[in-house]
Amino acid sequence: MKKTLAALSFASLAFAGTTLADDYVIDTEGQHASVQFKISHLGYSYIFGRFDEFSGTFSYDEENPAAATVNVTVNTDSINTNHAERDKHLRSADMLDVSEFPQSTFVSTAYTPGEGDSGVLEGNLTLHGVTKPISIAVEQVGAGDDPWGGFRRGFTGTATITLADFGIDYNLGPASREMELILAVEGIRQ
Amino acid sequence: MTDGIKKWPLLSRSLHWLSALFVFGLFAVGYYMTGLGYYDPLYHTLPWWHKSFGLLLMALVIVRLGYRAKITTPPPEPGHSRFEKRAAALTHALLYLLILAIGISGYLISTAEGKGIVFFGWFEVPALSRPFDGQADIAGLVHLWLAWSLIALVAIHAAGALKHHFIDRDNTLKRML
Repeated sequence: MKKTLAALSFASLAFAGTTLADDYVIDTEGQHASVQFKISHLGYSYIFGRFDEFSGTFSYDEENPAAATVNVTVNTDSINTNHAERDKHLRSADMLDVSEFPQSTFVSTAYTPGEGDSGVLEGNLTLHGVTKPISIAVEQVGAGDDPWGGFRRGFTGTATITLADFGIDYNLGPASREMELILAVEGIRQ
Repeated sequence: MTDGIKKWPLLSRSLHWLSALFVFGLFAVGYYMTGLGYYDPLYHTLPWWHKSFGLLLMALVIVRLGYRAKITTPPPEPGHSRFEKRAAALTHALLYLLILAIGISGYLISTAEGKGIVFFGWFEVPALSRPFDGQADIAGLVHLWLAWSLIALVAIHAAGALKHHFIDRDNTLKRML
């Protein structure tokens, strides 16, 4: 009995230590989330594109934001830049090689809350079969009840990656070696 | 009309050789342009011409088939075996079919996201269908393999014509000249 009590109190202590993180599913069903990218065209303008199919979850605890975790999986063949032939090229072995690498994933490793609603999310991005750590500048947009009985929380994030770091070395020109990832995620609390 | 040869009508002959020119030109340009790097000056130019000439070839083939249906085609030269006649008819049908299928698959690549194809900067051929899953990639593979099949079939077609000309010494080739 004593042992059980001790175990219980330890358990509650441990529980208090990790606190109550809420789990959220990114609302891709309602399309309240997007994985976009922005890359320079010749240094004169920008192309914006997106991945139409992805899914993900995150956990977040207001009392302990540093414990936040995020997991996102993107179907690479869903790349969409609103141009059939370009998208075909982007899916080909020259670029994303989607038949070889059908998925890209991001798994967070640490979150460092910053000023106000901002923070930096560290994690491993797997793209084109290569896994590299990246850091995402995060901004919490808001959280609260939705009109349909649920609870939602949303973030935006931006990160800059160098394509060659992920083995994508097709020559798009000197201005287009890096691209920006632009994420907007709205999670529904489970 | 040399030696009383019953030739194909002038329009048929013209369309035949024009089609041949287009098929070789489109194949060569298609092969070359798909290997170009992004910074090549022809990266955008060649696909533009390829698409316009491709559409034009489709129109030519449709005119050809329409005209062919109207005229009495010259019968095979006397002395052709049953096998030769059948093989020739099959080859001709497949040549037409392949050209059309290659044109349709090419059209499906470019229109896979709902945009039409510009015809020599003159007008736009609209995208017709609602795209199916993986349309551009599937149509691209079909386009590539059918194009190679067509070139192989053209080689057989030409070999047949040359065989009739040099070995059988009949008028099969002359009537198309």
